[in-house]
Amino acid sequence: MSLRLAWRKSLNVFMLSLTGICVLITVSVLFFILGYLVYNGGKDLSWSFFTHLPAPVGEEGGGMANAILGSLKLLLLAALFGVPIGLLGGVYLAEFGGRTFPFIIRYTADLMNGVPSIVIGIFAYALVVMPMHHFSTLAGGVALGVMVIPTVLRNTESFLVDVPRSLREGAFAMGANKWKMIATVVLPAASRGIMTGVLLALARVAGETAPLLFTAFGNRFWSPGWDQPTSSLPVVIYTYATGPYEDWHKQAWAAGLVLLGMVLVTNILVRAFLTRGTAYERT
Amino acid sequence: MRNVKVLCALAALLAIATLATAAGPVLLNAAGATFPYPMYSKWFDVYHQAHPGVQINYQSIGSGGGIRQLIDKTVDFGASDGPMNDDQLKQASVPILHFPTVLGADVPSYKIPGVTAELNFSPEALSGIFLGKITKWNDPAITSANPGVKLPADDIVVVHRSDGSGTTYIWTDYLSKVSPEWEKKVGKATSVNWPVGLGGKGNEGVAGLLEQTPDSIGYIELIYAVQNKIMYGRVKNSSGAFVKAELASVSAAAAAAAKIMPDDFRVSITEPPNTNKAAYPISSFTWLLIPGKFSDAGKRDAVKDFLKWMMTDGQQYCEPLAYAKLPKEVVAKELKAIDKIQ
Amino acid sequence: MATTPNAATPADIPGPTQTLSRRWGGADDIAHVITLIAAATLVLIAVLLVYQLWILSAEARTKFGWHFFVTDTWDPVAGDFGALPFIYGTLVTSLVALVLAVPLGVGAAIFLAELAPPKLSSSLTFVSDLLAAVPSVIYGLLGVFLLVPVMRTTIQPALKATLGFLPIFKGPSYGIGFLTAGMVLAIMIVPFVLSVSREVLLAIPRDQREAALALGATKWESTWKVVVPAARIGIFGSVFLALARALGETMAVTMVIGNNPKIAASLFSPGYSIAAVLANEFSEATGNLYLSALIELGLVLFLLTFILNGLARLLILVTTARGSGVLPS
Repeated sequence: MSLRLAWRKSLNVFMLSLTGICVLITVSVLFFILGYLVYNGGKDLSWSFFTHLPAPVGEEGGGMANAILGSLKLLLLAALFGVPIGLLGGVYLAEFGGRTFPFIIRYTADLMNGVPSIVIGIFAYALVVMPMHHFSTLAGGVALGVMVIPTVLRNTESFLVDVPRSLREGAFAMGANKWKMIATVVLPAASRGIMTGVLLALARVAGETAPLLFTAFGNRFWSPGWDQPTSSLPVVIYTYATGPYEDWHKQAWAAGLVLLGMVLVTNILVRAFLTRGTAYERT
Repeated sequence: MRNVKVLCALAALLAIATLATAAGPVLLNAAGATFPYPMYSKWFDVYHQAHPGVQINYQSIGSGGGIRQLIDKTVDFGASDGPMNDDQLKQASVPILHFPTVLGADVPSYKIPGVTAELNFSPEALSGIFLGKITKWNDPAITSANPGVKLPADDIVVVHRSDGSGTTYIWTDYLSKVSPEWEKKVGKATSVNWPVGLGGKGNEGVAGLLEQTPDSIGYIELIYAVQNKIMYGRVKNSSGAFVKAELASVSAAAAAAAKIMPDDFRVSITEPPNTNKAAYPISSFTWLLIPGKFSDAGKRDAVKDFLKWMMTDGQQYCEPLAYAKLPKEVVAKELKAIDKIQ
Repeated sequence: MATTPNAATPADIPGPTQTLSRRWGGADDIAHVITLIAAATLVLIAVLLVYQLWILSAEARTKFGWHFFVTDTWDPVAGDFGALPFIYGTLVTSLVALVLAVPLGVGAAIFLAELAPPKLSSSLTFVSDLLAAVPSVIYGLLGVFLLVPVMRTTIQPALKATLGFLPIFKGPSYGIGFLTAGMVLAIMIVPFVLSVSREVLLAIPRDQREAALALGATKWESTWKVVVPAARIGIFGSVFLALARALGETMAVTMVIGNNPKIAASLFSPGYSIAAVLANEFSEATGNLYLSALIELGLVLFLLTFILNGLARLLILVTTARGSGVLPS
């Protein structure tokens, strides 16, 4: 074997192993993060963490009950604002529409997807907090909802477009008109994919901190209704992690574990659900 | 049909969430200084236990934030350790009343590996460090005040506030009084153009950075240093004595001011005159910023009641948290001023 | 097909099907309009967003003009605001992140697209997608308590000892600063580089690889000299996408960058980024000029990400279109 060939062969093995190492590094980071959070956060997860309100600064025994409820309320609002608009918009793109307007909508959706979440927070501040003259769960919900819309819209469109023509034509052949075809045949056929998209979008906004900093603000107590500031998991993690109190740090780890757990479990379940099969034969 | 069921479920959830947590209590939102935050969080908690119908949600975002949110009317009242200046008062649409709540102190806190002694700082040392002119711990300006303490030749890591802060106001107010160079170059305000250093958000953030960064020095409110067991030094006052921040020395600083307290309660007590030997030179009142006019009678009455409680029963909680109580003369004046709130 | 009585049946339309669709025409139109309104709402929100940013930054824009982009003071006391430190910090941290993430991501993508069997490839990509789903504040949490001490005690001194002659590795080592922020960002953007690069690599048709192998190339040579160049444009697209993401990252950066609006050559020094200063100072900017300067920064960030995202998608589109034969290579 000539020297050159030997060199080429060993380079081949070397470089390909390097790429394998790249994958190894990437994958192990995730497991490391998860493992560390489980280790550090798990030991401070307690019943009081889930049920108590925050204690006065410097005292032990506080919990994050209001932050957990706050996050859930914010997610509910985000879903209410974002999902119908995104869903219907996706239907428009896939089923109606022509050349220019759908192009504008798709472009805008991609644009909005790329906007940093802090800028969306500024937007929600100007739109909701300033006229209302206080911070509120509503403002936070609007900010998160704005982030949900483009994701759900593009996702809905993509799954609707995937539904084979034969199903649509079959519906027409049975005498259905357009909206009936969409509502009773196409949407159900794509429903699995659409649901996964919605859940993934919600899982993503559940972890967002920046847009909540000056919309939902924060609250040491329960936040009744929708027009008062509210505590939320990501914001509390940020506040406690950057503070000096050891008790706060422990709570931040525990909360981080809860948040990460929620997000990862949603992602895993939802994607597994999607790949298990669809309601029709994919052509 | 399934979609209708989903919608009904969502609507039910919404109703439950709204009703379950909707309540009739008076909800007050406040924001501002981190300097008195341990005190306020204790007070609001105790007050809420005693008056379950009133809930005061205080967010510690810095005095600058408190002033701004108050002017924007996104909170019901604010808190600051730097009094509002005339420009800011003009921006508010209603008159704002300042109510001193407690006395606290900015302490020079440090974390130097191997140093467990309490250091003495002269005004020249402090202004030099924060101006970036004194860069090493074993600089003569520091070592001359600390004979017998071995200071390393390490670089000093300055930590300051990254947000608008009354604690900063107090610190820069003091430095402006003791260092003409500081006054010219940087000035005093809640947010300044720092010559050097790392920025932390809130007293909490600065304390957090101090804990984690060796060779660091920063200014934080006394209780943050105490609660987190961060070392803090003595400061030389104008009579030449090195004084440690504690209840007695902080109260001493306020003693003279108490007798000549202006009607609007805006006063600075840093660097008291040299007749006051026991005074800690970087002390300050901290104020609640209360609008003079409330549109909601329930909120107004709750605020007035809280203020009265705070000045009387509430003061018993100060000293365990290392804040000095208000002087008697100031309390008397404040109780009269509460009536100005409409 | 029977038509119901009272149906409006225009005489000139033949055939039962068309009569039916005519009858229900109203409902279809309603559906069309409703969905159209929903889609238009998104456009309305986007327009409103840009409008708000523009209007609320007016005071700063008129006062500072282009000067804003070359001033490096950020002095709330004097009312003098300049964007340079934040633009610098944003770009430096993103650059560091790219330098670390692109080789890692492209390398991993090559492995997953060329070497790994399909099942392994998709499950590992799945793991990478999970990394992308981790919230920013969690990265910040790990950054503050894990990475910063390690940087301060181990990595940065090691860099100083070996490469300390370079200006980027000089100066005191606090642990927080540009380098640490860049590293946290790198971990956050690797999944984007990986997933998009993998897709563009997979889109290159098999015959390219087979032709190279038939000519005697090793697997690596076929990949590096044939496939990757063909996918080059799309890989650039993935880099732009990752960059756009890195520019806008807020929480993880603000927790480890040091929050000091100074421009410094050393990567060890603390700095500030646009997103970080917005997070820290927005809710407390006293005075309209201060607030409007911050919003102008937000506008700058918005425009940067807008342009980058647009370019990225164009590049990716071109590569996948070429690869699948829609466009000529």
